[in-house]
Amino acid sequence: MTEAADKTLDLIKTKYPEIEWLFDYSYDMLSVECPTAHIAELLEFLRDDPEAGFTFLTDLCGIHIPGHVNKELGVIYHLHNMQRNERLRVKTFFSIAHPRVHTMTHLWPAANWMERETYDFFGVEFVGHPDLRRILNVDDMDYFPLRKQYPLEDGTRTDKEDEFFGR
Amino acid sequence: MSVDKWQNFSPDPTEEFDSIQGTLATLNLGPTHPATHGIFQNVLKMDGEKIYHSEQTIGYIHRAFEKLAERRPFNQITPITDRMNYCSAPINNIGWVLAVEKLAGIKTTKRIDYMRVIIMELARISDHLICNSIIGADTGALTGFTYIFQMRELIYELYEEVCGSRLTTNISRIGGFERDFTPEFHRKLKIWIDKFPTWHSELAILLERNRIFMDRTMYVGAITGPRALAYGFTGPNLRAAGVDYDVRVFSPYSSYEDFDFSIPVGQNGDTYDRFMVRQEEMLQSFQIIKQAYANLPEGSHHVDVPGYYLPEKEEVYRSMEALIWHFKIVMGETPIPKGEVYSAVEGGNGELGFYLVSDGGRTPYRLHFRRPCFIFYQAFPEMIKGGMLSDAILTMSSMNVIAGELDA
Repeated sequence: MTEAADKTLDLIKTKYPEIEWLFDYSYDMLSVECPTAHIAELLEFLRDDPEAGFTFLTDLCGIHIPGHVNKELGVIYHLHNMQRNERLRVKTFFSIAHPRVHTMTHLWPAANWMERETYDFFGVEFVGHPDLRRILNVDDMDYFPLRKQYPLEDGTRTDKEDEFFGR
Repeated sequence: MSVDKWQNFSPDPTEEFDSIQGTLATLNLGPTHPATHGIFQNVLKMDGEKIYHSEQTIGYIHRAFEKLAERRPFNQITPITDRMNYCSAPINNIGWVLAVEKLAGIKTTKRIDYMRVIIMELARISDHLICNSIIGADTGALTGFTYIFQMRELIYELYEEVCGSRLTTNISRIGGFERDFTPEFHRKLKIWIDKFPTWHSELAILLERNRIFMDRTMYVGAITGPRALAYGFTGPNLRAAGVDYDVRVFSPYSSYEDFDFSIPVGQNGDTYDRFMVRQEEMLQSFQIIKQAYANLPEGSHHVDVPGYYLPEKEEVYRSMEALIWHFKIVMGETPIPKGEVYSAVEGGNGELGFYLVSDGGRTPYRLHFRRPCFIFYQAFPEMIKGGMLSDAILTMSSMNVIAGELDA
């Protein structure tokens, strides 16, 4: 772990000592897992605090991990501090039964479409989003296609069973 | 780049809008309009020529690349990335390959890096050429657009020498290139290096100080630097607004730190600045190509990673080991580490990121493309509000919104 990543982690830990932080440093990036209730607060702090200075939202996307009980769905934020050239990944996971997370559109207007995309593919409801509609798929689609229960190919076919190769 | 009032400023599209809404005309710009160069729909509310409000609809050519990628072995995802920004497909290919190499921990040699830099900078030039000549075509100067295609044609012939195809290139492999630069490639690249400055200056003479062109583009579709950052702008559009962020310099990949080049920035973030930033970037890319070509080291065009790089066909027929590796690669049976990687390259119009989550299986567990177009196209209604319809067309072409990348 680099010195800068250490500092960022310390900053987060001192700001929110009551939360038990799960973190990981791999492939040149620190990633921190944050409880869903605190995500808006944390990202606002990271953006506005002069020492943190993660003012640029690089990316926002969803993920579905069926094996994570009660934490099946997640939203992943990639932040960038351009002055120090430091990147940070913040993750938050929640149950697929109540996929609700606070919006980031009040912090970054760029989050608008990225959240709509995440809603479109994973069905994550962003609380407070000004215009939460589907964006890439058709409006009357009734499922969220990037969730893992929807296989890419027709599930009723038996001639292409992958017994030996692949999952 | 500090956080100031601009970041919290959110324009209200209904401001002074409700009272006159009944008197406004609705105009559908798109989905298939020849002036938008791609499938984009904008529903405009207009008073005469003035735009009061616009609403975008996207997704007309959505092909579910992220879902497709979850079933394909790593090698087979490269052709998907071609179809994103098809004006600079090699950058997408190499960007993806670099992400996999980062995950698998493959170190490439200087020769491969320099070869990739040459290809990527050629792609950047062909991307910017199209964008800039289309700005010219939209202002009425069709000459530049038709004339410039001979320059792009030669770049496409260079791709053809390396990979056999022109538009959707599939040009790189994990661990290097499919084949080395051929003698014909060297001959054509020398011709190209010889001719490019003349061709570029012809385009520059035609447009850069042209009174009509300047009147049409200056102060049109402007955006401030802080606002552009809040909207997630990257690439030439951000640099035109005065922020010198370039992935090639901030986090050098593929040995970009070896080359001497500068990053042009604009001032006003308007259409003219975006045009000029791209013009200068082409010259900078040309300098990089010259340096990389002059210092191209000798050696192999791929590194020794039998688990990822397909062996020569003759080897497959002759040697047992090559046959085994060939089989394993084609069936996607090479072990790959578990982990999460975010790898970014400077694409034709911004930071092209690949967020790759691997669970050690034959395919990515999750792959997300950070497509610069998708993110900065959100700012379009704000940039054209209060302007003329003809300016909106120019703003869109100068932002270089590529439908394939927008919809993925």
